[in-house]
Amino acid sequence: MIDMQGVYKTYPNGVTALNGIDVRIEQGEFVYVVGPSGAGKSTFIKMIFREEKPTKGTVIVNNHKLHDLKWKRVPYLRRNIGVVYQDFKLLPKMTVFENVAFALEVIEETPKVIRKRVMEVLDQVGLKNKARFIPDELSGGEQQRVAIARAIVNHPQLVIADEPTGNLDPETSWEIMKILEEINAAGTTILMATHSKEIVNTIKKRVIAIEDGLVVRDEHRGEYGYEI
Amino acid sequence: MTIASVGAVTTTLILVGAFLALMLNLNQVAGNIEEDVEIKALVEVTADEAQVDDIRQQIENIPEVASVDYSSKEEELNGLIESMGEQGETWEMFEQDNPLNDAFVIKTADPLDTFDVASEIEEFDNIQEVNYGEDVVQNLFRFNKYARNIGLALIIGLVFTAIFLISNTIKITIMARSKEIGIMKLVGATNAFIRWPFFIEGLLLGVLGSVIPIAAILSGYYYLDTNVSQLITFDFVSLMPFNPFAWQLSLIILGIGAVIGVWGSVMSVRKFLKV
Repeated sequence: MIDMQGVYKTYPNGVTALNGIDVRIEQGEFVYVVGPSGAGKSTFIKMIFREEKPTKGTVIVNNHKLHDLKWKRVPYLRRNIGVVYQDFKLLPKMTVFENVAFALEVIEETPKVIRKRVMEVLDQVGLKNKARFIPDELSGGEQQRVAIARAIVNHPQLVIADEPTGNLDPETSWEIMKILEEINAAGTTILMATHSKEIVNTIKKRVIAIEDGLVVRDEHRGEYGYEI
Repeated sequence: MTIASVGAVTTTLILVGAFLALMLNLNQVAGNIEEDVEIKALVEVTADEAQVDDIRQQIENIPEVASVDYSSKEEELNGLIESMGEQGETWEMFEQDNPLNDAFVIKTADPLDTFDVASEIEEFDNIQEVNYGEDVVQNLFRFNKYARNIGLALIIGLVFTAIFLISNTIKITIMARSKEIGIMKLVGATNAFIRWPFFIEGLLLGVLGSVIPIAAILSGYYYLDTNVSQLITFDFVSLMPFNPFAWQLSLIILGIGAVIGVWGSVMSVRKFLKV
């Protein structure tokens, strides 16, 4: 699913974010990525959906060689990867339905298919009755569920979540985690960057810890391992 | 900003239209005059018939020459008398003792060869003088050339200004929608999918900007055609006819407007699509 070998990343301003990362993640895994701020977590995640290109090394996702993928092909890679952010990244003027439908309009699905699939996925995240609301009328947890719905609406094999619970209260965070676990149970690989010790230590999954651009720990059913 | 860029296109196209109309008409006048350019070679009075035939032979042997007409001094005098109208009668007294020369009237295939051919003929034996409307023709050519170059430089400058303004307008729209574009890229939109709304916007701005210029060209040229062209009495100076010229010009203006708009949008979108 994901295979990184000897990945280095130095930004044009001279900052080295990744210092030789080797990671393999199989289809259907649920993986936490932990580590202090500025340790390279974000760059690690950006590598996977080709928002950044490695300076050195190989990154293979879904059999795409990302290190020499032509940027014309990048959109087709991203259609197989759902992305969820801490700040939701919803369009404020569009309804919940439109926000989710957006991901299908972009790949030029027919309106009939879009309508059916969007309602299906909104049902999955428990927001079927709020399809006509705009994001501002929803709570943070509900907005994040809309973002998750958008991420999974075109059946990606991989969902990347960059601190999906970062802006949410603990109770809402558990709801989000429940949805992510359900998605994972259906066979989708999930890669989640997080700072939540509670979540990592309660819902035990594989943990990859990144510090100073290196993988310092990689354990199945691991602990968060940092004191905050 | 939208109004500013449509305004820029409008101004540009009005000037482009005016210059084009002027230049094309000048070209036409120059073309008319070129066609009328002929060389008149005057034969020495002393030349006998054999020598005249010889000259004709020599002229016909010049490859650039298209036609040679012989005009005897009687014919020359008649032409002169006719062209003088009433006053021509006074010249009739020369019919007994004609002071004019026999002449050859020569046309070249390409009017631009006139000068070379004329100087070549001048070298022949028994040729007294060679005339052609040298000064008038060359001044007109020169004026036409300057007008064309200055017009072209102005048009290019204006077109680039208009493109710049349109691309700025579209840049503002894009920045307002940059979040949307970012999300589009996130969920796998191709660049073509993101680009086309801006492409349409640029096209619309350009086409919108060409409405007023086209109206101005059609009405302005119609006015010129109906009123001014009657005042022009020289037969070699004539305006291009309103139909189809003004319509063709309008089409060109519309095309330039569309190209300016599309180019402006393509230029500004390109920067946002990298990453």
